[in-house]
Amino acid sequence: MRCSMTLCFGTLFAGLLLAGSQPASAQGSGSATLDAARGRGQVLCGISGQVPGFSLPDSQGVMRGIDADSCRAVTAAALGDVNKVKFVITTTQNRFTNLQSGEIDMLSRSTTWTLGREGNLGLEFAWVNYYDGTGFLVKAATGVKSAKEMDGATICVQPGTSTELAINDYYRLNNMKFTPILIQDLSELQGAFLSGRCDAYSTDASALATFRFSQGPKAQDLVLLPEIISKEPLGVMVRKGDDKWFDLVRWTFIAMITAEEKGITSQNIDSFTSSTDPDIRRLLGVEGDMGKALGVDNKWAYNVIKQVGNFGEVWDRNITPMGVKRGINNIWTKGGLQYAPPIR
Amino acid sequence: MSDLTADPRLVGARVAPKKGLRLSWSDPLFRAIVWQVVIVGAVVALVWYLVGNTNRNLAARHIATGFAFLQRVAGIPIGESPIAYDPAVNTYGTALLIGILNTLRVAAVGIVLATILGTLIGIGRLSGNWLLARLTSFYVETLRDIPLLLQLFFWYSILQALPPPRQAWHIGDLLYLSNRGARYQQLTWGPAYSWALGGFVVGLIATIICSRVIRRRQDQTGQRMPLWPFGLLFMVALPLAIWALLGAPFQPDVPVLRGFNYQGGGAVSPEYFALLVGLVTYTAAYIAEIVRSGILAVPQGQWEAAGALGLHRRRILTRIVLPQALRVIIPPMTSQYLNITKNSSLAVAIGFQDIVSIAYTTLNQTGQAIEGVAIIMAVYLTISLSISLFMNWYNARIALVER
Repeated sequence: MRCSMTLCFGTLFAGLLLAGSQPASAQGSGSATLDAARGRGQVLCGISGQVPGFSLPDSQGVMRGIDADSCRAVTAAALGDVNKVKFVITTTQNRFTNLQSGEIDMLSRSTTWTLGREGNLGLEFAWVNYYDGTGFLVKAATGVKSAKEMDGATICVQPGTSTELAINDYYRLNNMKFTPILIQDLSELQGAFLSGRCDAYSTDASALATFRFSQGPKAQDLVLLPEIISKEPLGVMVRKGDDKWFDLVRWTFIAMITAEEKGITSQNIDSFTSSTDPDIRRLLGVEGDMGKALGVDNKWAYNVIKQVGNFGEVWDRNITPMGVKRGINNIWTKGGLQYAPPIR
Repeated sequence: MSDLTADPRLVGARVAPKKGLRLSWSDPLFRAIVWQVVIVGAVVALVWYLVGNTNRNLAARHIATGFAFLQRVAGIPIGESPIAYDPAVNTYGTALLIGILNTLRVAAVGIVLATILGTLIGIGRLSGNWLLARLTSFYVETLRDIPLLLQLFFWYSILQALPPPRQAWHIGDLLYLSNRGARYQQLTWGPAYSWALGGFVVGLIATIICSRVIRRRQDQTGQRMPLWPFGLLFMVALPLAIWALLGAPFQPDVPVLRGFNYQGGGAVSPEYFALLVGLVTYTAAYIAEIVRSGILAVPQGQWEAAGALGLHRRRILTRIVLPQALRVIIPPMTSQYLNITKNSSLAVAIGFQDIVSIAYTTLNQTGQAIEGVAIIMAVYLTISLSISLFMNWYNARIALVER
């Protein structure tokens, strides 16, 4: 017995020491995240799961929205099959920790790109999938027409967001005061606003528009104030230190925007495989080895466009039904901000 | 036990032969030392490994570390704060301090109220009154069986169903109840009140001294003088006289509806109130059972003996049974006090900004999760250890002194 206990301690020690010095896998794509995703056959993607138009399960339980489709696109590029995506529900307060600790491979959760987040959190923004700004939603019955009339108001806002900082700055700038009601759970927070606990509900204007839309006939009772008080470029984040994975996520979006530029959709993509346009041939992996440079299959972009669609399709599928105009979110050739660097 | 009373036959057997340390596995002392060194070494190595591994990984991921963020301007808004707070000026350190104060505010008031309510219900369950006994047992069984989080949501949604500020329920100018919480009239504090409060404290001390003197007199002569005239004189008349001498200022701070909400007066937010009510009613159900078990642990003979002396049932409870029951009640009660404190962290769900809520927001804005969680743990550990220390001290004080 005595000897076996010694043995037991010995193995425990050895186990601990070995666990510490585990080497990174020598072979593979050069991206630890991509290798891990291949190993488990899944890309773990953090979403909110509560915002219509961004990520919300439909009546069949399928996750719908621009954030969900961003996850699908990267999964299609990385593993070749959109069905290998695994959605992980995150809150505004645990999203960064989840990504930092490796519980998810990427975060696609209407998260604003800021210097503080890139500088302090050990995370990086790969691409902006929605250019947004903070707005206010109030009840029509209050008669408020402008955010400037909101001195002394109680405002419902999610804690740990850039929204709470933006409101703070706006009120400070305009020398006004407000009382925040900070509730982490989104439906609980929206309930507090609808019951009248708060005078206004503030978050990204897109989410306010889709929330208003989701109220059905009661949407008429809610007014979106005209002021957009901050810039909120919402993007997709990855961990720092895995540049290959960062590249793959970023170029997935570029591929979708390029496809929209070239008029390639999920429906007509197969008719382009015999195209003579060298840009299209490189994009679809007919020519060159762009996929190899990213450490994935050469048909990575084909898979993305075929299985998820181009950037415009993703928008039309998810955001257009909410009654939101595309505006600055259009591609650059149509007066928007989405500009794709060349794939060559 | 002295050696004189010991059985001489056993003395030799009890005292182990004194021997030096042998460097042999068959020596129990040597084995004990070896194992302790091994275990301490294992713990140190584990901690060393965990700290080193964490630091290495934080550095590899370029995540900021250290507590320097406590000095940075916070910029996060806070709904209710017992001290002045301006997010544009104050630091994360101040924001976290407000979180600690908010947690203490809930825990302290919650502990007092839950103790009172729980004791009443516990006694009620033992009542001979059929209706009272059933109602209280229904209370205990229901409240204990529903998760606390659901109860908090329940209370919070009830408070949200109150009318908006413009149609607030009110009692004259004294109290306004709306879905923004309660606003009540309070006195505008002035120096006269501070002096009167000082007078009250002096009066309280004087009354306690009087009470001691009266008791000693009763012990010596058997005559009992009434205490209440002294109490009235020292604790009511004295502060009132001081207040009147200073000009009897009376200026109520009346809540007024201005803009979106009432301004002025005292305020209780729905978040705080829902959390407090939820914690108190939930924990009171457990405390009731502890009190009941404590009372039942006192032998029936004590009731009968006190009854034979002609004591009234209420006097038996307060003078004979409860003091003895306390010895059974205090240790499990400590756990309930700790539970209230820890359960107050559910405040996050209904938007009351306790230490967990503010620390979460802080770690989210600064990205320093390990430091944030360490702060939360340190705060709860400190509060819990303080409660435990106090309760252990109190437990030792009331323990049966065996002579």
